[in-house]
Amino acid sequence: MKDTLAPVLRLSAHPDSRCWYVAWSPKGSLLASCGGDRAVRIWGKEGDNWECKCVLSDGHQRTVRKVAWSPCGNYLASASFDATTCIWKKKNDDFECLTVLEGHENEVKCVAWAPSGNLLATCSRDKSVWIWEVDEEDEYECVSVVNSHTQDVKHVVWHPTQELLASASYDNKVCIYKEEDDDWECRATLEGHTSTVWSLSFDPEGQRLASCSDDRTVKIWKECTPGDGDGSTDGAWKCVCTLSGFHSRTVYDVAWDRLTGALATACGDDGVRIFKEDTTADPEQPVFYLSAHMPKAHSQDVNCVAWHPQEAGLLATCSDNGEIAIWNYHSDA
Amino acid sequence: MSATAARLENANPLIFQRAGERLLTAGEEDEDVADPIDDREIFDLIRSINDPEHPLSLEELNVVEQMHVNVNDQESTVSVEFTPTIPHCSMATLIGLSIKVKLLRSLPDRFKIDVHITPGTHASEDAVNKQLADKERVAAALENSQLLEVVNQCLSTRPV
Repeated sequence: MKDTLAPVLRLSAHPDSRCWYVAWSPKGSLLASCGGDRAVRIWGKEGDNWECKCVLSDGHQRTVRKVAWSPCGNYLASASFDATTCIWKKKNDDFECLTVLEGHENEVKCVAWAPSGNLLATCSRDKSVWIWEVDEEDEYECVSVVNSHTQDVKHVVWHPTQELLASASYDNKVCIYKEEDDDWECRATLEGHTSTVWSLSFDPEGQRLASCSDDRTVKIWKECTPGDGDGSTDGAWKCVCTLSGFHSRTVYDVAWDRLTGALATACGDDGVRIFKEDTTADPEQPVFYLSAHMPKAHSQDVNCVAWHPQEAGLLATCSDNGEIAIWNYHSDA
Repeated sequence: MSATAARLENANPLIFQRAGERLLTAGEEDEDVADPIDDREIFDLIRSINDPEHPLSLEELNVVEQMHVNVNDQESTVSVEFTPTIPHCSMATLIGLSIKVKLLRSLPDRFKIDVHITPGTHASEDAVNKQLADKERVAAALENSQLLEVVNQCLSTRPV
């Protein structure tokens, strides 16, 4: 491991609370954080420092679990344990709550925007995934409710370019959805993890999907194409690699860097790890190696890892201790 | 009283002898000696938790025992196994949650706290263990004021 992960700065983002998640704006000029204090905070760079630009505290009654920026960067969605999702519109340096999406029976665990910005997905402990359509007047309409999971749905993520959605659940499975005759359907179910799947990340090209789990492994899934010659059907996904033995507790988040292809993980053992792919290996049987490991990246569980969208190697993490940390990952390889 | 008893899942539980008071050693009384957290200290934190349906402590019902407490101060880990009084006990999750909350509130933040059912002692052992290990669901449960009140009742000190 000659690659390095160097600390850049630490922010006490959600004091006396948990910081559950962080998300970079598409240009990377802002970082949104959310936590157990029911607030969303927006951070921006001032000289060499990062400062809190505003606090969105009047949107939710309970924990804000995750936040997501629209692809244009003008909207922020926040998913809360209060069973709602708020859509915030950026106005100069401030944000106003544009609308509140209701319908889930209990805690909303995740929200994600499709690459077009016209679709939004939410998922909940009520086992469902909802797809919302956004029109030009900023009106949101639920176009589909999919009940493919049998348990709490933890995470949703869109494909980087296509209208393809993936979800991860407490039922140990990953589902892939596509629109079919005006309705959204589960097209593939990815089985292999032996406990809760906490998070997902597509690779830069969208051909593969990384999943992380309470079973302490990360799995890499690849979409099967009819030309594979292994008899698999179009649209099916198979596990092509399992990263096991690297994490000593639950892996809460995984992020594939679109700029460098490095894979970062957030773990319940307080560590942050970076994996690189061995480019000489057979693409059908990829090999990943641990290229950097920060054992005590935070003093408590690491909940999220997020790569900066423009600056290669810049990584934001957050923790149960309420802190955000920013790291610089440098690779000689 | 008999009407209440009729609703209890385990109306006549076995009651066990409580452990004696902890004996302090000279080293522990010396303020200058670093004193790691040990199994007995963890046991003392959870032994007096009230059972949700009996006016008895988890120790008196043998739900918690010192031999099922495992602490490693250096590694900052605590593992507690608890034994429901009957294999179909519907209170198992609540009891586990009370143990977890007591330890979360009492121990330094650096500790990783794992609470499990003693293997082979409950019909839904895996499901209860998975629920207790899911910190997101534990966090959501503790934001539920009714549930939090029940947990706080289990953790309150009874008048002797």
